[in-house]
Amino acid sequence: MSLLINDFDPILLTLLIPTVGALAIGIAGRINDNFRETVTLITAGLLAYTVWGIAPEVLDGERPSVKLFDIVPGLEITFNIEPLGMMFACLASGLWIINSIYSIGYMRGNKEKHQTRFYIFFAVALAGAMGIAFAGNLFTLFLFYEALTLSTYPLVSHKGDEKTVRSARVYLGVLLTTSIGLLLPAIIWTYSLAGNGDFVLGGILEDHINGPAIGLLLGLFVFGIGKGAMMPVHRWLPAAMVAPTPVSALLHAVAVVKAGVFAITKIIVYIFGVDFLFSEPSSGWLIYAASFTIIGASLVALQQTNLKRMLAYSTIAQLSYVIMAASVLKPLAEVGAAVHIVAHAFGKITLFFAAGAIYVASKKTELHQLSGIGRRMPWTMTAFSIGALSMIGVPPTAGFVSKWYILAGSFQSDNYVAITTIILSTVLNAAYFLPIVYMAWFGKDSREGQADHGEAPLPAVIALTITAALTILFFLFNGPVLELERQIVEVPR
Amino acid sequence: MSSWTPHLPALQVVVPLMTAPLVALMGDRRLSWAMATTASLCALAIAIALVGEVREHGTAVYEMGLWEPPYGIALGVDAMSALLLLVVTGASTFGLLASASSLSSEVEHERQPNFYAAWLLALSGLSGILVTADAFNIFVFMEISSLSAYILIAGGPDKRALPSVFKYLAMGTIGATFYLIGVGLVYMMTGTLNLADMEQRLAEVGDLKPILVAAGFITVGLALKAAIFPLHVWLPNAYTFAPNVVTVFLAACATKISIYVLIRFDFFVFQANLSKHDWQFSYFLMPLAVLGILVASIVAIFESNLKRLLAWSSVAQIGYIILGASLISAAGLTASMLHMFNHAIAKGTAFLALACLALSVSQLDIKNIGGIAKQMPWTMAAFVVGGLSLIGVPGTAGFISKWYLIIAALDTGDLALPLVAVILIGSVMAVVYIWRVVETAYFGQGAGLLTGDTIKEAPLAILIPTWVAVLLNIWFGLAPGLPVELSSTAAKLLMGHMP
Repeated sequence: MSLLINDFDPILLTLLIPTVGALAIGIAGRINDNFRETVTLITAGLLAYTVWGIAPEVLDGERPSVKLFDIVPGLEITFNIEPLGMMFACLASGLWIINSIYSIGYMRGNKEKHQTRFYIFFAVALAGAMGIAFAGNLFTLFLFYEALTLSTYPLVSHKGDEKTVRSARVYLGVLLTTSIGLLLPAIIWTYSLAGNGDFVLGGILEDHINGPAIGLLLGLFVFGIGKGAMMPVHRWLPAAMVAPTPVSALLHAVAVVKAGVFAITKIIVYIFGVDFLFSEPSSGWLIYAASFTIIGASLVALQQTNLKRMLAYSTIAQLSYVIMAASVLKPLAEVGAAVHIVAHAFGKITLFFAAGAIYVASKKTELHQLSGIGRRMPWTMTAFSIGALSMIGVPPTAGFVSKWYILAGSFQSDNYVAITTIILSTVLNAAYFLPIVYMAWFGKDSREGQADHGEAPLPAVIALTITAALTILFFLFNGPVLELERQIVEVPR
Repeated sequence: MSSWTPHLPALQVVVPLMTAPLVALMGDRRLSWAMATTASLCALAIAIALVGEVREHGTAVYEMGLWEPPYGIALGVDAMSALLLLVVTGASTFGLLASASSLSSEVEHERQPNFYAAWLLALSGLSGILVTADAFNIFVFMEISSLSAYILIAGGPDKRALPSVFKYLAMGTIGATFYLIGVGLVYMMTGTLNLADMEQRLAEVGDLKPILVAAGFITVGLALKAAIFPLHVWLPNAYTFAPNVVTVFLAACATKISIYVLIRFDFFVFQANLSKHDWQFSYFLMPLAVLGILVASIVAIFESNLKRLLAWSSVAQIGYIILGASLISAAGLTASMLHMFNHAIAKGTAFLALACLALSVSQLDIKNIGGIAKQMPWTMAAFVVGGLSLIGVPGTAGFISKWYLIIAALDTGDLALPLVAVILIGSVMAVVYIWRVVETAYFGQGAGLLTGDTIKEAPLAILIPTWVAVLLNIWFGLAPGLPVELSSTAAKLLMGHMP
C-alpha cells in the first residue's frame, strides 16, 4: 500500500496531519461551518489512511522507527512501532472518522457553542494519542501523555458552566497529580536503574531490580497512569462525563482510556517483561487490584441512575479487564488483553453514541426515562442493545472474542482469581445492562422529556450503525488483529 | 570584533554603567528608553559573546588596568557566570522592551529618564557581581545593584511600595553587612581579597575558627539577599508593589545572583579548607530549602493577588535551587544552575503576561480577572505556557531542571525518597495555584467589573516580547543543550574544589 508523501517519514506524518489539521480547522472555522466540518473529515481520513498504510509492514514483522532528536544526552524523542501501538493507532484513527461524522450530527443537533474550538482540540488530542501509540521510550510516552491530558481539558470543560468547570477540575487534578506524583518518579527511577527508558520486548529491568521494589515500581506505573482508571485513581472518568458526548465516545471510550491501559500493558510487556514479572512474587498484587476494580466498578454501575455515569463505571470495569488480563502474564491472556482494547472500544463507542443520540433527540439522560424509547428510536436502541451484549460478552459480538482469550489464558495458568472475577462480572454486567434493554423495548412510554420525538439526526444514526456493525463484524473477522497481537508474545527473548 | 574580545568582561559592566548617566541627562522619556534598551541589548550581545568564549576557552579573564592579582582586581568569567550573565541581560532586555508599553501607567514621564538610569545601574551592578573574581568587588557591585533596585521598586505609584522597600532595604543592608564582615574576617586571616588566592592561602592558615565564623556570616548574609526561607519575608511585598516591568527584571535574576555568590564562595573557598564543611552546608540549607518549597507553595495556593502569588512561587522555586546545591554533587549542582536559568525564563514569561494584564485591569487580583481570556486570549495563553513551565510539564524549560533535580535527589541514598516526594508535592501544589488563575481567567466572569476597567488585548509592542519569552520556554524545553552544557561544566568546576 503506497504511502502518501514518500520522502516524509510516515510516523512523523501521523503526528503532523492532526496538528496541521487543527490549524486548518481553526482557519476554516472562521470561513464557514460546513467548510470546517469538511476539513475535519479530510484530516481524519488522511490520518487513517497514513496509519493503516503502515499496518501491513508491522503485520509482517517490521518495526519501523524514527528518532526525532535528543533533548539531552540520554533523553530522546524516539518513535518505534510495535503491534500494540499499531493496533491502538489504527483503532483511534479509524474511529475518529466515524466520531467526526457523529459529532456533526450531535453538535449541530444540540446547537452547541464554540464548535470550532471543539474540533481544534479534538485534532490536537488525536495527535497526542498517535504520539502515545508510537512512543519508542518512556520519556516520549510521558510527553504525549501529558499533551493528551492538557488538550482534552478544553473538551471536557467545553460547556463552561460552573458544574462543568468543577468536574473538569477533578479531571485535570486527578490526571496531573497521578502523572506528576507517581508516573514521573516511576519513569525517572526506571531511567536511573536501566540507563534508558527504551521499550524492548522482554523488558529492560531484569538485571537491575529485584524484590519488593518491583512491586513498588509497578504500582507507581499502574496508579501513575491515571488514564487506566484503576481504583482509586478512577474519579476523573465519571467527572469527565460532563463533556459533550462525542468527547465521551471517542476519548473516554477509546482514545484517552485506551491510551491508559495501552501504556500499562506496554510497560508490562516492554519495560518489565512478561516472563520477568511472572517470576516475581511482588507483582502479584496487581491482579487483585484489577479484580477489585472490576467488581467494585460494576457494583457502583448497578446503582447509577444517569446513563452516561453508568457507562463511565462500566468503562472503568472494562479497562481493568485489560489490566487484569495483562497481569495474568500468560501468552493467551496477553493477547486477550490487547484484543479487548479493540473489542471494548467498538462496543463502548456504540453505547455512548446511542446515549448521545437519545439526548439530542429527546433530552433524556436518566435511565428510568428510557422506558419504551426503543419504539421511537429503533436504530439507536438496536445499536445500544448490540453494545450491551458486547459488554456482557455474548456471541456474536466483539466482547465475546476477547473474553474467550482472557478466560483461556486464565485457565492456562489456573488463575482462579481471574476466572472468578470474569464470571462474576459477566453476571453483574448482565444485571445492569439487560434491564435497560428490556425496558427500552418492552416498557411503557415514559411521560418525561419531549413526549413526541423520533430518531436522532442522520449523521449520528449513521455513525452508531457503523460501530454497531463493527462490533458484530469483529466477531467474524478478527484474524488480522489476533495475528498482530500474537507477535508480542511469540518473539523469542 | 576580535579586538574587542579580550575586553568583553570589562565591557559587560562598563557599557550599562557609562550609559546610565547619559540616560539620566536625557530630557525625553522615549530617548532615554531607546538608549537604555540599546545598552541592554549590547549587554546581551556581550553576554552571548562571552558564552562563546567560555565554551571555547573555558574562562575569560581580564585584569583591570593590567595590574596582576592579588594586588589588582581581576575579572573572570567561567561557565557559571556566563550562564547567569545570559539570565541577567536577557531579563533586563525583556523588561525594557516591555516597559515601552507598560511603564507610563506607573511612572510619570518626567521621572522615567532617572528610572531608566537606575535600571542600567542595577544591570551593571548585577553583571559586575558575575564577572568579578574579587570578594570586595562583589560587595561593591552588590551595593550598586541593591541600591538601584530599591529605587526601581519604589518607583511605582503604589504607596505600599515604600514600607516594602524599607523592609527590603533594612534586610538587604544587614545581609550585605554580614557578607562584608565575613569577607573582612577572611581578609584578616589571609591578607587577600582575590577568590582564587583566598583558597590557596586558607590552606596555610592555622586557626580556622575565624574562618568558620566568616562562613557563617557570609552564608546568612547572602541567604538574606537570596530570600532563602525563613529570610524571605521581604520578597513578596517588594515584588508585588514594584512596577510590573521591574518585577519582570528582578524576579528573573536578583536573588539568583546572591545564590551564585554563596555557591561560588562556599565551594571555591570554604569546602576545601574547613573540615566537614560539606556536611555543615548540606544540613543547614537542605531543611530550609524543603521548608521553603512546601510553605511558600501552600501560601501561594491561598493568595489572591496575582503578583504576590507568583512572588511566593518564586520563594518556592528558590527552594528548589538551594535543594540542588545542598546535595553537594555534580548532578545536584547541575540541576541547581539549570533551574536558575529555566526558572528565570518561566517566571519572566509569567510576569510579562501579568504586565500585559495590568494594561487593562487596574487591580491584578484573581477576583478581577474572571473570564478575561475571552478579551485577552494571547496574554492568557502566554500565562498558561509560563505556568506549565513552572509546574514542570514536559516540553517546557521547567521540566528539564525538574528532571535533573529528581535524578540528583535519587542519588542521595537514604534521603532519596523524602526529597523526591517534596519535589513532586511542590509540583502538584504549583498545579493548584497556577490552575486557579487559569480557570478563573477562562471560565469566570466579571473581569474588570470591580474597578470599572475596559478590557482589550495588550498592544503588540508588549505582546511580542512576551511571546518571544513563551517560545524560549518551549525551545529550552526541547533543545536545552546550551544551558545543560554550561550548568554541567560549572558543576564540575565547583566539585573540583572539593577536598
